[in-house]
Amino acid sequence: MPRLIELVDGEARWTEDGFLQIVDEDAIPETGDVILSLARFETEGDALLSSNSRRVGVRVESHEEVEGLAYDLPRIAVVALVFPKYRDGRAYTSARLLRERFGYQGQIRAVGDVLREQAGFMVRCGFDAFEPADGATPEAWTKAASRFRHVYQRGADARPTAFEERAS
Amino acid sequence: MYQYDLIDKEFLADRSAEFRGQVARRLAGELTEDQFKPLRLMNGLYLQLHAYMLRVAIPYGSLNPAQARRLARIARDYDKGYGHFTTRQNIQFNWIKLKDAPDILDQLAEVDLHAIQTSGNCIRNTTSDPYAGATSEEVDDPRVWAEVIRQWSTLHPEFSFLPRKFKIAITASAKDRTAAKVHDIGLMLRQGRDGRLGFEVIAGGGQGRTPYVGPTIKEFLPTDRLLSYLEAVLRVYNRHGRRDNIYKARIKILVAALGAEEFARQVEEEWAKIDAARADLPAAELARIRAAFAKTPFETLPARSEAFETAKANDPAFARFVRNNIRPHKQPGYAIVEVSLKAADQTPGDASAHQLEVVADLAERYGLSDLRVTHVQNLVLPHVKLDDLPTVFATLQSAGLATPNIDLISDIIACPGLDYCALANARAIPIAQDIARQFADADRAEAIGELKIKISGCINACGHHHIAHIGILGVDKKGEEFYQLSLGGSGAEDASIGKILGPALPADKVATAVDQLVGAYLSVRDDGERFLDTYRRVGLEPFKEAVYAQAD
Repeated sequence: MPRLIELVDGEARWTEDGFLQIVDEDAIPETGDVILSLARFETEGDALLSSNSRRVGVRVESHEEVEGLAYDLPRIAVVALVFPKYRDGRAYTSARLLRERFGYQGQIRAVGDVLREQAGFMVRCGFDAFEPADGATPEAWTKAASRFRHVYQRGADARPTAFEERAS
Repeated sequence: MYQYDLIDKEFLADRSAEFRGQVARRLAGELTEDQFKPLRLMNGLYLQLHAYMLRVAIPYGSLNPAQARRLARIARDYDKGYGHFTTRQNIQFNWIKLKDAPDILDQLAEVDLHAIQTSGNCIRNTTSDPYAGATSEEVDDPRVWAEVIRQWSTLHPEFSFLPRKFKIAITASAKDRTAAKVHDIGLMLRQGRDGRLGFEVIAGGGQGRTPYVGPTIKEFLPTDRLLSYLEAVLRVYNRHGRRDNIYKARIKILVAALGAEEFARQVEEEWAKIDAARADLPAAELARIRAAFAKTPFETLPARSEAFETAKANDPAFARFVRNNIRPHKQPGYAIVEVSLKAADQTPGDASAHQLEVVADLAERYGLSDLRVTHVQNLVLPHVKLDDLPTVFATLQSAGLATPNIDLISDIIACPGLDYCALANARAIPIAQDIARQFADADRAEAIGELKIKISGCINACGHHHIAHIGILGVDKKGEEFYQLSLGGSGAEDASIGKILGPALPADKVATAVDQLVGAYLSVRDDGERFLDTYRRVGLEPFKEAVYAQAD
């Protein structure tokens, strides 16, 4: 199982990924936590969730819209947002909408072309778990995510902005 | 002027440290060029034909003397003694060594300058009116809003990996000196009937392969809602802009595909869902930024200066400079001085280290320590006393900076072209120099009047040829440099895209063709009519005739 970096109270650390990522045509095992594609979730999600015996996550591609998940979010343990290329920035919007517009409390995981240079942006948009593609360690990830002492604009994180620092 | 506080300064220091680490990893071989490329681009470092090029942002085109002197020092220590001002109020150094780049960024940060977001698919440096705070035409100071946007857009967590680069321009005067209508977003400050200020928002303008004059998507955006509205525009673009084809990825393609009305509707829909209390800038911060620009220490002076009038009457060269390079100031006894970087045989937009220092000294001594950069690749001393103009003129003259040609035929925009750029098909600089030589007679140039020539070395249109009265585009024909002429473009408030005149011409025929176009214009123009207006009145044919009739 791939190792996952998880962010807890601003500290990145390794964690075992308990979820099995189901590729579209694969059968879903009888037990265990799974992450499904959005299409698969739309057809089979309800049944899995109502069985109540396992956690379910959804993988959302960069061209897919998270709005469709709004109703089910309280029952979804993980939303894995895909970066097909690091340059594809659509998942940042998806993450902010999940956190700020829909108040999603579960894990938002960055998967795909995930590099430490994106760490700061990702954390500020509400991502809290990462599958790094560049071999980044949690130490490197923490460092990259907290490189800047100040931020200028509000994000999905709780960091005070420059104008809030100035006003205080 | 806005002064960086500790927060702004620490931000630049952190950025510089980050880049130093990345360069070290590259030099140690831990990063391949492929992996390093996006990182260096985020810091304005390009790999060009001969060397690395570093593009430094000059937010809203405003420099203080210490910053101008630092740019001079960098030109001298790390480049070949000069810098090149771009069409978006940035400066480029063309001969940079990778190992020096982190030191240069440190030295820039010491004077509150940086290269953040001067490249990459992010929100770039905001263009603003170089006459801001000096012209009586403006309804508000656009620098206030440009600074608001600078802070909001700096390392924006959501909008740093857009489909393509994103450029904003902002003007508060009816006369547009920012080319707002050919930007991704153009913001034009207007006063509503009730006296309230708002922005007319233009979206989806642009040049490049598919030039568009941007449509208005919102007639009147209350100023205090600026950031939430920008967030809505950027979000719609980030989600729906094309990412499959680099040439179709700018917002202009999305706006054109959806239609301005539908695009505007989608923005409104998104805007309505945004929590304004979180997205818009708090009034206290806006007031802080506004106060920083409100304190220009003007003296109370008579509107008329004897020293100025006497010099004008006695020195024809000064009188010519006044006619062409001096603009009225809102404050009695002051003037706006345009400093031309378009002397004959100069590369348009280049300034030597010495010239930068001369202008920095003038700004400090006679210009309330304020210096501006224009998108037309000239400099401006925005606040000079009429009394001091003769002295300022003499000093500029001795540094080769008093060319009296603002908005005239030799005030040419040119991209670096094939002399520097890895993308170019043809050279732009020698063509500009040919034309400047052809029209070296200052009397004739003045008689011709306002005529804006812009030259691009390739279809990417960095030289703004689409929005030139006479546009010149370099093309490659079987390995030879040819130039396609177009007429009738404008980047100002009357924006339009030029029309192609006819078949492309070889390099040695371009200046002659421009001469023929001018001849045709002079023979049919009405009194006081600009080239552009004559073209708009009589159309392409007489000009086509003038260039191609005797071409064979």
